[in-house]
Amino acid sequence: MDIVATQSVAANEGQRGRDNLLSIRNVAKSFGKNPVLRDISLEIAEGEFLTILGESGSGKTTLLRIIAGFESANTGEVWMEGERLDVLPPYRRRVNTVFQHYALFPHLTVEENVGYGLRVAKLPKNEIVGRVQQALAMVKMTSYAGSKPAKISGGQQQRIALARALVNRPRLLLLDEPLSALDANLRRQMQVELKSLQREVGISFVFVTHDQEEAMVMSDRIALLRMGELEQVASPREIYSHPATAYTAQFIGHTNLLRGAVLSRVARCHSLDWPVGMPDGPVLFSLRPENIRVVDLAVGSSGVNVVRFRGRIRHRAFHGSTELLQVECEDGLRVSVRTATREKWHGDLELEFSPDDAVAVRESQERI
Amino acid sequence: MFSRAYRAAITVPPLLWVAVFLLVPYALLFCYSFWSVSSTQMIVHSWTLDNYRDLWRVNVYWQTLFRSMWIAARVMIFSLLLGYPLAYYLSFHAGPRKDLFYQLVIIPLWVSYLVRAYAWKTILGSDGVLNTLLQYVHLTKHPLEFLLYSPFAVVLTLTHIYTPFTFLPIYASLEHIPRNLVEASHDLGASPIQTFWRVILPLSIPGVLAGATFAFVLSLGDFLAPLLLGGPSGIMISNIVVSLFGAAYNWPLGAAISLCMLLLVLALLFLSENLEKKWSFR
Amino acid sequence: MELPMRNPSNGKAGWLSWHAFAVFGFLYLPIVTLIVYSFNGSGVGGFPPRNLTLDWYRILFADDAIWTSVLNSVIVALVAMAISLAFGIPAALALDRANFPGKALFRRLVLLPLILPGIITGLSLLMLFREGDIKLSLTTIVLGHGTALISVATTEVFAGLQKLDRAQEEASLDLGANYWQTFWRVTIPNLRLSIIGAALLIFTLSMDEIAVSFFLIGRDNTLPLEIWGRLRRGITPEINAISSIIFVFSLIAIVMWYRLRREGRTEIAAELVEAAAQGD
Repeated sequence: MDIVATQSVAANEGQRGRDNLLSIRNVAKSFGKNPVLRDISLEIAEGEFLTILGESGSGKTTLLRIIAGFESANTGEVWMEGERLDVLPPYRRRVNTVFQHYALFPHLTVEENVGYGLRVAKLPKNEIVGRVQQALAMVKMTSYAGSKPAKISGGQQQRIALARALVNRPRLLLLDEPLSALDANLRRQMQVELKSLQREVGISFVFVTHDQEEAMVMSDRIALLRMGELEQVASPREIYSHPATAYTAQFIGHTNLLRGAVLSRVARCHSLDWPVGMPDGPVLFSLRPENIRVVDLAVGSSGVNVVRFRGRIRHRAFHGSTELLQVECEDGLRVSVRTATREKWHGDLELEFSPDDAVAVRESQERI
Repeated sequence: MFSRAYRAAITVPPLLWVAVFLLVPYALLFCYSFWSVSSTQMIVHSWTLDNYRDLWRVNVYWQTLFRSMWIAARVMIFSLLLGYPLAYYLSFHAGPRKDLFYQLVIIPLWVSYLVRAYAWKTILGSDGVLNTLLQYVHLTKHPLEFLLYSPFAVVLTLTHIYTPFTFLPIYASLEHIPRNLVEASHDLGASPIQTFWRVILPLSIPGVLAGATFAFVLSLGDFLAPLLLGGPSGIMISNIVVSLFGAAYNWPLGAAISLCMLLLVLALLFLSENLEKKWSFR
Repeated sequence: MELPMRNPSNGKAGWLSWHAFAVFGFLYLPIVTLIVYSFNGSGVGGFPPRNLTLDWYRILFADDAIWTSVLNSVIVALVAMAISLAFGIPAALALDRANFPGKALFRRLVLLPLILPGIITGLSLLMLFREGDIKLSLTTIVLGHGTALISVATTEVFAGLQKLDRAQEEASLDLGANYWQTFWRVTIPNLRLSIIGAALLIFTLSMDEIAVSFFLIGRDNTLPLEIWGRLRRGITPEINAISSIIFVFSLIAIVMWYRLRREGRTEIAAELVEAAAQGD
């Protein structure tokens, strides 16, 4: 796992030339006998939007809490700008958090909530007022300055939580599933707003979510966490088109996993075969449903270098703009195929895909 | 969902009971306070303001009422001083021993009020446990007389009795503070002490008010501890009422004092309730 | 969840734990003294305790007046418990699910005896009995306790009702049970823990009650009044002995109660205090 993670980080750094802001080194954490994080190493770049993605129980929130200082790691270190962070109490870290359920102080007004961090830092009154106004304007909540949190909606509370954290000008902002309590529409709107806000302020964001779509839409990079270990760290495009493991391929988007073997530079999977550039041995391929095309016999094949096969539609699921077909091939292989809805396929089909789209992935180990 | 008959069946019997045994007696208390006693020790059922005039004129009633309030206020303050830090410690720092400690606070509540007051008497008396202990270790030569039969003894005993009652609502309100608010405060740069003053204390005010009201009101009306441990200087307002209903035999005057006490208590409850509303945010 | 922020504040937690230790000492000092001196041969007072003896217990067991008062107290407590539950449970149901004029006043009236000094409840009932020409006896004490402790039953059962899933009763009605059957087969079993808790608490509070009983007493003494009478005459170690016995019984009752309600920590007392202070 680590090899992949470090490689991707290196690749990304090279690409962007950004400095590292935060560096997590070999962090492990267990609650009692329950290991929650095992040997996590991760770098977060200046101005980056990094998403920690994972199912519930993957350890993503724990990792976030270790960065914030609410939990301490059993082993490993966290560094920020050449300084050890994990030895500092949370109130001495230049890191702020947007909590999952916002954690707005119910006894303070919106304005007082936003000004809290500045007041405890004993900043001059007029500076506090100015910065709070600015922060409220940034999240378009100026007119709610005097309200109590209980009187405003979930989406508005979310904005206040964001303003309350950003007003302190942290080096790093942590967001713990901040959109999970919002309904679907508001959620999509906030995704866009959050992303553009992050560009505007230029602060690094570490965003925790279990929603892979959300991660794809917002992130510069995604760190996929599975049972306490990093499965893959890469940009959304990279992680989607070149998943490193079977788990990644399945968790991010929908995929067909084809099990086969390579022999003398030819991959063989059921009755299909195509040339590859890898050594002999068993192999697992991920082939996205949208990368399989139905061949219109009237038009003919779209290229020469393709793998062709025949199959029969067993099931179809309508998804709006696309349709997902379950196709059973003559040799018993079942694959999912995504087609545009306007094409009315039925019965037996001629199918093809490009060998480049079949990405070899590693098996994901079972972990307990 | 519930039929008329069902609702009548659950409503009428308690309403009747409450009317007969609570509403009517309070009304009687009100009436009695405007009646008087004849020279032949009979209750005269005719309306007069004499009792209230007496209350107004006789200084000892006022003095005793103020002394009672002063004693009750001290009990309230000491109970808070003992109960709040204890509740805070249990809620935030006791860790796995929290439940055990909670039980330890509850258990004294199950020991009879009278017995606990009596136990203090055996401790504080001039040949009591404390004085003999002090002489035994040669800290004093003669017994300390101020310990028993003094307002001190009453305040001490009532504080002992009402500290758990003050603790309970404070503890409950501390337990209800979402822990992520404490984390948020630390996250925003507030130290533990700043977090206490700016987040934890304000959010526990409803519990403090409930506990303080309880300690103050119940101490104010107490007459057993003063009788047992108070001596002449520890007499409280309820003791006067008791003697008016007993040996002095002037029920109407006693009723008038009780009614004043009742109104005072209701006013305090009203005040505390409104403050609590102001300080509760859920 | 061990927070690293604890470390810098350890000094404060240390101060707090000493304070907690001191408060526990204060709370338990009289109880321990009481028990120790119930075995003290030379009576109550005098340090150190000497001449360990069971004499006071022997004297206590031969003391008929005390045991009569214990019996009286048990009878009073049981009947008061029955009254409080019989009227307190419907009162809680009414507060939960019926609307009637004066409901707010009714709620306050029911709960008032919890927070009111006992003397006011006792006196006003005394006037009622006098005007009604009812002779003071154990019956009047029972009526007094019953009235004062309805508040306990109501508070506890009301709290239980808040946790009760209304859909269960709807399901019962849907399956053809009438209101009466639903009440006995669904509502009451669901409130079982609240009712048992209330019953235990009412019993204990009644056994210990003195402020109300003080005014309503006839010829027969309850235990606290018997103790009170003796205390007025002076200190006697028999009182230590009976108090120690009652304390041990209370402890057993507490342990039983927690066994019964293992799944959750009881917060009855806290609920009561809160309810009393808030008037709802």
